[in-house]
Amino acid sequence: MSPGSLLLKMELRSNPEMLCVVRNAVGELTAKLGFSEPDCRAVVRAVDEALTNIIRHAYLGNLEQPIDASFHRIDAPKDGQSGDALEIILEDNGVTANPEKMCGRALEDVRPGGLGLHFIRECMDTVEFTHSNGRNQLRLVKILHRQTSPKGS
Amino acid sequence: MQIAARHLDKITIFDISGDIDLATSPQLRKALLRELRELKMPRVVLNLGAVRYIDSSGVASLVEGLKASRDVGSRFVLFGLNKTVREVLQLSKLVKIFEIYENEEQSVAP
Repeated sequence: MSPGSLLLKMELRSNPEMLCVVRNAVGELTAKLGFSEPDCRAVVRAVDEALTNIIRHAYLGNLEQPIDASFHRIDAPKDGQSGDALEIILEDNGVTANPEKMCGRALEDVRPGGLGLHFIRECMDTVEFTHSNGRNQLRLVKILHRQTSPKGS
Repeated sequence: MQIAARHLDKITIFDISGDIDLATSPQLRKALLRELRELKMPRVVLNLGAVRYIDSSGVASLVEGLKASRDVGSRFVLFGLNKTVREVLQLSKLVKIFEIYENEEQSVAP
């Protein structure tokens, strides 16, 4: 697949203090691309939860490990046609999650924890985990539904 | 995130502002569990009106507070939920398990 046009690249450390910085940057980027306010919040939430999972589960809370985040504009299929979308790639060198354990939890089970993956899946159109050459990769895609202007404006 | 505590009779009111995320949710969790488990306050009320963002770890802290309140027989009340906070609680399907009011007056009413 074509990597599409690169919009933003970040080299992060696995420090929770940086999450607010990333959220602000992603919020600005999605607004600039024309996402609606709810979709901007959805993308920000998905990226934040994905980074939180990397920090907690891949790096076990170690603060100085590398995370690469890149944001691309891509063409994605929408209603049988091609449309604009935002593709986000997050990569880390941490512990690889067991796919069988990455199913989230039943929401009826009221207890702390296990919500992050559910949030990511609810917020994005595509969520794909892969592992190659010792690196974990999470690919997230959000299709851009542009807000239509009123006729005549 | 900032947390400020006020006391009104036997009610503790936490005014919370800023972002509740992986970096800050341990501070919220600690404050809630102290008030509920150690001080056994009959009612703990959270003013979430100035919360700009809450993630799954923040929601988990609220669930822990709720569970602790049930363990000690206290009430755990939320109010002032803005669009962002309400959206996350709805997404987690947890909005119905919390006692939620629009404002402080309702939250501290007998």
